[in-house]
Amino acid sequence: MALVQRAYKFLDERLQLEPLAEYARHKEVPRHRYSWAYFFGGLALFFFVVQVCSGILLLLYYRPTAEAAFDSVQFIMTRVRFGWLVRSIHSWSANLMILAAFVHMFSVFLMKSYTRPRELTWWTGCILLALSMGFGFSGYLLPWNELAFFATRVGTEMIHKTPLIGDWLLRFLRGGDDVTGATLTRFFGFHVAVLPMVITFFVVAHLLFVQRQGMHIPVSAQAESGRRPAMRFVPNFMLRELLVWLIGLALLAALAAFLPWDLGQKADPFASAPANIKPEWYFLFMFETLKLLPAHIFDVEGELFGLGAFGLAALLWFFVPVLDWRARKGERSPLFTVIGWLAIVYISGMTLFSLAGGLPK
Amino acid sequence: MEQQLQANGSTRRRFVEWFLGTTLGAVALSVLYPVFRFVIPPEVAESATNRVLAGTLAQMPSNSGKVFRFGSKPALLIRLPNGDFRAFTAICTHLGCTVEYRPDLQEIWCPCHNGFYNLQGVNVTGPPPRPLEQYTVAVTDDKIWVSRGA
Repeated sequence: MALVQRAYKFLDERLQLEPLAEYARHKEVPRHRYSWAYFFGGLALFFFVVQVCSGILLLLYYRPTAEAAFDSVQFIMTRVRFGWLVRSIHSWSANLMILAAFVHMFSVFLMKSYTRPRELTWWTGCILLALSMGFGFSGYLLPWNELAFFATRVGTEMIHKTPLIGDWLLRFLRGGDDVTGATLTRFFGFHVAVLPMVITFFVVAHLLFVQRQGMHIPVSAQAESGRRPAMRFVPNFMLRELLVWLIGLALLAALAAFLPWDLGQKADPFASAPANIKPEWYFLFMFETLKLLPAHIFDVEGELFGLGAFGLAALLWFFVPVLDWRARKGERSPLFTVIGWLAIVYISGMTLFSLAGGLPK
Repeated sequence: MEQQLQANGSTRRRFVEWFLGTTLGAVALSVLYPVFRFVIPPEVAESATNRVLAGTLAQMPSNSGKVFRFGSKPALLIRLPNGDFRAFTAICTHLGCTVEYRPDLQEIWCPCHNGFYNLQGVNVTGPPPRPLEQYTVAVTDDKIWVSRGA
């Protein structure tokens, strides 16, 4: 202990840490019946850290070419000691990170925590979710298996439908006209260099905003929060968050050990798409919707209509801090609560429908 | 006199600001433009494949299909129950998946979004918006040749 104190003293003399320590000592977290929601952002951050660590380990063996990618992942899973575990942890943790981010986003939405002065926190959060999905989409291709190959073909073809810049985006993403080894190399570059750099910037910004502004208290819990004493951030909230991280780690370890992530078959660009083809679960609601749409709606191609609708919905979701006029005035806004619940019901309903097999073939 | 000096000073300041601003803009542009062009892959001329050996008669029993390589793209060869051949591009017009022949339904099926085409390549159910491009099939000896165009 004396050593820790001496180290702190050494650093404090040089970096003036005392004001920061003072800030941490006074930081508080409000207590009310929705306080549980405050833990999910931190949980997503925990899984992100797991992703960085397990991703660095995978980098030691992975080879990003169409010829070698599948074999290198197979090598990791069959020959490298604990390779199966590291890869399984990377895949499961990615999914749990998105899940935690979704829970975090919907709880923030339903508590209307996006309102002034926290618009920037909401916007950086939306960008973080989009970047995380970009991580998922680019990482999905890297093992170069059948499912990944066709999912990437379909996904990039969807982006191709973007008005005006669709052609440019398609070639930019694919590194050519089709999904080939050039696409794999590009996605690898996005996955391990571009996206980590960008996401680190937004994570730091997001956390700084949260620290600067403190926790938001929803209108319906303000009276309760006023009655109950706030919780000290250090050590009370921190220790609770640590406990949540431990539960997350236990869940992750159990999933990775008992349900190891499958590798599938090596991609063959000149074979038919496999019958059970599906994207990652967080794209399933869009995937299933596109399957249900007819070829043409009001003279517009069905998928263009669907993608346009999703694009518009995402845009409205992003700008909700501006659109929710009642919450901006600090009032209850039941309309947006209903919208939030409808989104949850639609996304989870379509996802479950797809997981249950979707439309009969 | 003093006013004139001040006016000169502010003109000079405006010039310096304009000069630095445009220099900064030019530097940014001269860095960003090559980066922008670099990330767009160069055009690669598509191979002018017009005729391909898709298989042999022995490989294609009645009511069966086979995906084969036509230049840089996949194509689908079908032998109908009556023994005739048909060939199409295998790229679904919906979102670019590779289609296959379903002998049980005698239709062409895209597994990605459950789209169906009939044996003329016309989209019949599901999301595909357009028919598949049809190729010409010719059988010489026991070899099946597929060609694009007339």
